[in-house]
Amino acid sequence: MLQDKDRIYKNLYGQHSWKLKAARARGAWDGTKEMIARGHDAINDEVKASGLRGRGGAGFPTGLKWSFMPKQSDGRPSYLAVNADESEPGTCKDRDIMRHDPHLLIEGALLAAFAMRAHTSYIYIRGEFIAEREILQAAIDEAYDAKLIGKNNINGWDFELYVHHGAGAYICGEETALLESLEGKKGQPRLKPPFPANCGLYGAPTTVNNVETISSVPDILRRGATWYASLGRPNNTGIKLYCISGHVNTPCVVEEEMGVPLRELIDHYGGGVRGGWDNLLAVIPGGSSVPCIPASEANDLPMDFDSLKAVNTALGTGGVIVMDKSTDMIAAIARLSYFYKHESCGQCTPCREGTGWMWRVLERMVKGEAEKSEIDMLLDVTHQVEGHTICALGDAAAWPVQGLIRHFRHVIEERIDAQATKPIPASVPVAAE
Amino acid sequence: MPKLIINDVEHDVPDGITLIQACELVGVEIARFCFHERLSIAGNCRMCLVEIAGMPKLVASCAMSVNDLRLGRDGTPPTIMTESPTAKKAREGTLEFLLINHPLDCPICDQGGECDLQDQTMAYGYDAGRFQDNKRAVTDKYLGPLIKTSMTRCIHCTHCVRFMTEVAGVDELGSIGRGEDTEITTYLEHGMRSNLSGNVVDLCPVGALTSKPYAYIARPWELAKTPSIDVMDAIGSAIRVDARGREVLRILPRINDAINEEWISDKARHVWDGLRTQRLDQPYVRRSGKLEPATWDETFGVIAKKLKGLDGARFAAIAGDLSAAEEIFALKQLAEQIGSPNIDCRQDGAKLDPALGRATYLFNTTIAGIDDADAFLLIGTDPRVEAPVLNARIHTRWRKAEQRLPIGLIGTEADLTYGYDYLGAGPEALAKIADGSHAFVKALKDAKHPMVIVGQAALARPDGAAVLTLAAKAAKTIGALDGDWNGFNVLHDAAARAAGLDLGFVPGKKDLDVEAILDAAGKGNMDVVYLLGADEIDMDRLGKAFVIYQGSHGDQGAHRADVILPGAAYTEKDGTYVNTEGRAQMTARAIFPPGDAREDWTILRALSAVLGQALPFDSLQDLRAKMYEVHPNLALLDLIEPSDVAAIIKLASKAAKPGRERFGLKIEDYYLSNPVARASSIMASLSAMHADGSEKATGTDG
Repeated sequence: MLQDKDRIYKNLYGQHSWKLKAARARGAWDGTKEMIARGHDAINDEVKASGLRGRGGAGFPTGLKWSFMPKQSDGRPSYLAVNADESEPGTCKDRDIMRHDPHLLIEGALLAAFAMRAHTSYIYIRGEFIAEREILQAAIDEAYDAKLIGKNNINGWDFELYVHHGAGAYICGEETALLESLEGKKGQPRLKPPFPANCGLYGAPTTVNNVETISSVPDILRRGATWYASLGRPNNTGIKLYCISGHVNTPCVVEEEMGVPLRELIDHYGGGVRGGWDNLLAVIPGGSSVPCIPASEANDLPMDFDSLKAVNTALGTGGVIVMDKSTDMIAAIARLSYFYKHESCGQCTPCREGTGWMWRVLERMVKGEAEKSEIDMLLDVTHQVEGHTICALGDAAAWPVQGLIRHFRHVIEERIDAQATKPIPASVPVAAE
Repeated sequence: MPKLIINDVEHDVPDGITLIQACELVGVEIARFCFHERLSIAGNCRMCLVEIAGMPKLVASCAMSVNDLRLGRDGTPPTIMTESPTAKKAREGTLEFLLINHPLDCPICDQGGECDLQDQTMAYGYDAGRFQDNKRAVTDKYLGPLIKTSMTRCIHCTHCVRFMTEVAGVDELGSIGRGEDTEITTYLEHGMRSNLSGNVVDLCPVGALTSKPYAYIARPWELAKTPSIDVMDAIGSAIRVDARGREVLRILPRINDAINEEWISDKARHVWDGLRTQRLDQPYVRRSGKLEPATWDETFGVIAKKLKGLDGARFAAIAGDLSAAEEIFALKQLAEQIGSPNIDCRQDGAKLDPALGRATYLFNTTIAGIDDADAFLLIGTDPRVEAPVLNARIHTRWRKAEQRLPIGLIGTEADLTYGYDYLGAGPEALAKIADGSHAFVKALKDAKHPMVIVGQAALARPDGAAVLTLAAKAAKTIGALDGDWNGFNVLHDAAARAAGLDLGFVPGKKDLDVEAILDAAGKGNMDVVYLLGADEIDMDRLGKAFVIYQGSHGDQGAHRADVILPGAAYTEKDGTYVNTEGRAQMTARAIFPPGDAREDWTILRALSAVLGQALPFDSLQDLRAKMYEVHPNLALLDLIEPSDVAAIIKLASKAAKPGRERFGLKIEDYYLSNPVARASSIMASLSAMHADGSEKATGTDG
């Protein structure tokens, strides 16, 4: 269990002020100038050594990602884009960082931008986060006023930071769609390659990082990579914010060490499953887009990238959605399917057509109005979507359905059987004999 | 040259192409909907997914450059599998997705028989669909009188959006909504304000966008397809004339990279209904003020009587904008026999003179040369109206430029779809460029390959010759005539003009040109005027002259005529046309002329026999042989003779004192600029749509 001394987000619950003075008292902006004095590569190496992996869902090593940025400019500027378009159902960690500890993010943005030789950074914040945007902007203004960022700031690296708010499209959280949206275009993912590090925002080298990733950078540098790497397990180091929601007694966001057992998260922080552990039906461990796991696999499961991958799911954003035995699993996944159908950008075929198809079949399965052969067909359709799309939204739409069929096929079959054996209601006219 | 292993065979492929092109080069076909070589890469249909060894996911081959592929661990070239089970499964899956919301109404769809979706479903699809729910329905959109929409069929390949934005240069088409609710629309549902909009019908791989005038008229397999050349403007786009029986039912572009790539203007595409209305299908003779039907013999008799003993100087011949070289040549010979030096093919009065050398009236850089140009000076021209496809090429060049492309315009301001610097209205601004004192000269001089394009509006005026000289001077000043680069260009708007000039169908120095012919006729000094399809002159000025009109349509010339000789339209004869670049091309007969109408050279040949001395050719081959003897360049079909820079330098050395009047616009109404177009009801509706500015749908539309 994470000890208090190892915490990064000391004001996660907003018990203290988010303002600069209070943030400084908690350690933010301490020694930033000295860290910058260490040089671009030293910071990059430190982050590499810490083993920090992207906290936005895919878990790509952050230091490695930064090192793709050009060391020598060819005349184009470099940009850092911070992905604050947190829209994944079941996820609400970035939001708490931005409204309760925004200076961690601002300092992290400065350091990350310095590491990749960028003078400009954009924070793309979800359109619905209105209060968060106001606080973040106020915090940025404070940082400008204190000359912590901006031109000729006291930290010695010219840095401009802008907040741009989206208009409420989930797809704009995909990094290239985010860049398109930031450029003022319709938020649709770009083809890769070229990758953003080659040709990103306005055609210039760009790195897109998640809010949590960026705001953990200052503490990694302050306390050293060894400290960070000592937490968690090899290849899955450090600290993660977990969001526990669903059928638990006390839903919350909590900062924990990587690899904390799922049951400990639920029992200790979430106040236990409603009706006790035995009432647990399934858990979606990483935000709506990862496959669910049944209660039988949930017990001692370490919550990190590799362990979850081993049970055919993923850590994703760390949004733990707990479902007890009152849950209609088919209806739950059908609702997620509807979400992905609604949020598909419509650019490429498999996602545009496939998400609607999956949702419609699931809606029928909720009522049992399907053939059993359709279960395999549905699974086949998810495989036709998965991996064939421009961005990962296709995968995200396919995985929950795959999880459902993998673990709850019997529920679907029982529902179909029940519907088939129901007597025909009197209201349905019978053909005249 | 990267090496690739495609389906177990190693190939060397050129740099800088995409995988789909590489596969095509080596003969491996890859299915695609959204990929188009002349448009940007969208990568959204996902039909072209291929498997590449070592890559975790399938790759869209249309978006993957062959240079971005990595060697295998053991140094083997990148290995591409287009027919592996995974690739095949992905392709079938994508096709199934495209079909689940496609209405499958092929029996009532105009695209049937030439539908990419149909073809690819046959080639790559499953045998049956598995989708059991209701299909999506999409409201149809109004896109103007040319494009019929059936948006439920749309597969969102975005060809149309990319074409309108990238080639036509109008940001009017886009996709709104998202997910399966994505719709292609003009946002406010107005007719598209572009004279290239018809091309989206060709680009649409399904039946979502079809030709409205052609709706439900024919199936593609019923049509006889004749490759031909368009004459609606002077660039000579390659077209295919589709006819059934005696009717042309539609006109489509053919690919010709040197000229029109694969686009044609709306006028070229939709003028076909004008080919059957207002047609002159028998000879007429004016008796007591009224045109009455007559036989060929009667008509020729009337002409012979009129011409008998006539002083040649009191006879004049004017060749129109759509005439082929053959009939212009025949008419020239006839005029010579009659003894008349008063011949002119420049009915707009453009002061172009073949005596100055061929290069002084041609588009010397060539249309493909636009791709290499890096600066433009437009003089008295609105290429968007005078040559829409050529303008699209300038637009594409402008779009691709890394820095702002210097484009200057002298003349009347117009929306050209690209940004330009407005340098002035008339010859004064041009003179400043020519003497190097204009601020814009630097940008033009800095360019490696600057182009000067002179339009007919700058030349069809009394001081036109001086303007032409001044333009040549300007070209010299800005370095457009250096070395191998000839950047001096005259943009014609009449298909017959360059051939007419090549054939020398112009009066001698002391003889009468169009203006003088009209003057003389008005004053009663001209007894007979022969109009070969010439309709763009002021008929009221012909006074009491006896007018012989030979042409295909009952237009202004026919209304004024005393004798009408019904001729053939461009789809009804084998005619040679020289485009503005000086490239001779041939039309082909797709259908026969209606009624008693005849191919034009045969009329002139027959008339000459009645007049007493038959022209010395009895067949088209004879005529051409004679014509090629005198004008060998007309025999160089589809080719261009190297341009003669010296002629332009010589022209530039002349003194020029033009007037001060501003350059106007040559074409008042794009859609009604020639007799065929004026007979077309489609062109009339387009003209009306643009004239009142309301591109909105009305209750009676579609």
